[in-house]
Amino acid sequence: MKKLLALLAILALLTACSSNEQKPDATAAKPATKPSAEKQIKAGFIYVGPVGDAGWTWAHDQGRIAMEKADYVQPSTFIESVPEGAESARVINGLVQKGHNLIFTTSFGFMDATLDVAAKNKDVVFMHCSGYKTAENVGTYFGRMYEPRYLAGIVAGKMSKSNVIGYVAAFPIPEVIRGINAFTLGVRSVNPKSEVKVVWTQTWFDPGVERDAADSLLDVGADVLTMHQDAPATLQAAEARGAYVIGYNSDMRKFAPNAFLTAPVWNWAAVYTKTAEEVKNGTWKSQQIWWGMKENLVQLAPFSDKVPQDVQKLVNEKRDAIIAGTLKPFSGPLKDQSGKEVVAAGTSIDDGALLGMNWFVEGVQGTIPK
Amino acid sequence: MLEILLDATVRAGTPILFATLGAIINERAGIINLGIEGLMLIGALSGFAATFVSGNLLFGVIAAFIAAFLAGSIHALICVQLRGNQIVSGLALTMFGVGSTALFGRGMVGQTIDGFERHAVPLLSQLPVVGKAFFHQDWLIYFSFLLVVKIWFFFYHTRWGLALRTVGENPAAADACGIPVNLYRFLAIACGSGFVGIGGAYLSLASTPMWIENMSAGRGWIAVALVIFAGWSSVRALFGAYLFGGITAMQLRFQAMGTTISAHILQMLPYFFTIVVLVISTLRLQKGASQQPGNLGLPYDREDRK
Repeated sequence: MKKLLALLAILALLTACSSNEQKPDATAAKPATKPSAEKQIKAGFIYVGPVGDAGWTWAHDQGRIAMEKADYVQPSTFIESVPEGAESARVINGLVQKGHNLIFTTSFGFMDATLDVAAKNKDVVFMHCSGYKTAENVGTYFGRMYEPRYLAGIVAGKMSKSNVIGYVAAFPIPEVIRGINAFTLGVRSVNPKSEVKVVWTQTWFDPGVERDAADSLLDVGADVLTMHQDAPATLQAAEARGAYVIGYNSDMRKFAPNAFLTAPVWNWAAVYTKTAEEVKNGTWKSQQIWWGMKENLVQLAPFSDKVPQDVQKLVNEKRDAIIAGTLKPFSGPLKDQSGKEVVAAGTSIDDGALLGMNWFVEGVQGTIPK
Repeated sequence: MLEILLDATVRAGTPILFATLGAIINERAGIINLGIEGLMLIGALSGFAATFVSGNLLFGVIAAFIAAFLAGSIHALICVQLRGNQIVSGLALTMFGVGSTALFGRGMVGQTIDGFERHAVPLLSQLPVVGKAFFHQDWLIYFSFLLVVKIWFFFYHTRWGLALRTVGENPAAADACGIPVNLYRFLAIACGSGFVGIGGAYLSLASTPMWIENMSAGRGWIAVALVIFAGWSSVRALFGAYLFGGITAMQLRFQAMGTTISAHILQMLPYFFTIVVLVISTLRLQKGASQQPGNLGLPYDREDRK
């Protein structure tokens, strides 16, 4: 009896691992017969979180859905909540076995597993998000999120009355630090008196802790908040206390109809559609994609009506300058927190230094745990 | 400052408090329930969905209780009726909760509701320091105070409470006294699970009024640990839950105020305190003051009586 129950429980555990495959749907809008001369794309996606996170993974899934609109793309497969590390290789391999010829792995921790599987399957194209290792059939892709963050900073700097702006941040890694710095530079470009206070939550996803961190920033006088987290809890905190808020990942204004100003958002469709097209045409080559606003991989969500016209106009001008390449957020003179000049006037930080950034610019109040 | 800190403490501690109280009721009947995390999620989703559809927060809380009650009944069926392994069944319940809420919650992601609002208790909310933190809160927090007292009263001042404790200590003796052991155990598991569900609903209806997959983020496991260092007492559970909520709230606020203490040290505090409290409670245990129900984790079969 006990053995039987244990077996049942193990079965329950196995089935609880969420795998979601979309079956080709006969009633789909796409024509059932496709031109056979064209190479068909059968894409697979490995997600680190659930599609229902309303943030990071959700944004990737929107990109996947947009990619499927092309008529040479067959219905794609996604597998969500895949744990990072060695275990993910098995999942990636499973997609290869099922005949997928283009596979996207959407978290840093899938890097080594992606390369392992790719080495044994040279005819499949792999794209790994946010990593730094490539191979003949493995490319990487990520976005210059700091560009829209800089623009969001301008909005925050203009909207703040208390000159205290709160930043709920997940982990002290270069990606997050880069965002905080760019945001602060944006703030201080229009409001040099203001400060950006940072609170680390040490979690990507915990709505309760994120909400509490946001409240703690409001308690010390912040009147505009932003965040680098996966849940929209910071938005709710700002809404409840009558402050302003800038979102992240996706357009989250629904959670804070009165507080929401704008949000730096991902548009992964830009990479996914282009890659599918290149693979179809046979022109795909392994490269490291780090696209910005110019390539439309990162964007600033439409402004809410709380943002005055003159601010909108200013931000739009700066956006155009970034797209044209005449404005680089990290150009000198730049000082660090201690007031020491790190980047001289007339120069700007190169990509290598940006990718490894581990110091705060002047105007950030907070410490990077070492 | 202290006032704000206390307020944040109560709000962060309440979901853990409900979950711990539910787990205590389970364990007092001699049943280990490791499904707390899953039950919280089931409560959070059902509560949110019911409120979203009906627009009524009370319906949400009732739905959370009923859904978790039913899910807990599965655990009860396996542990009581079939005398299965409680650890395995509880873990399966957590997995079931995580997976099923992810599946059924798809349509609720990104939806919004108006969550619980604060209501001041006349006079009491004017008290210095503690007034705002304890008496200017939402209805669910007031309900949690009531529940702490009710459970304490139930265990130590009612016949049914005595019977339930006996069932957990020594089911054979309880059986000999004519106490329906299986019925008591079944109801304790199901009702305890229901209160855990309300803890989950506190997350989705009060602290962050929304549904996101896995939103309990490990609070259920903290509750499982808190039961032990609360010594199976509802009153000590209140202090334990607030201790946990308070330390998290405190370290975030220290950061916001711009202290120079390393964030790593601040973030270590909750776990440091866990160790300290566990050491203290273990020392107390060595003095022979163990509160652990004698038959915890063991199935009861009348035929096997020795």
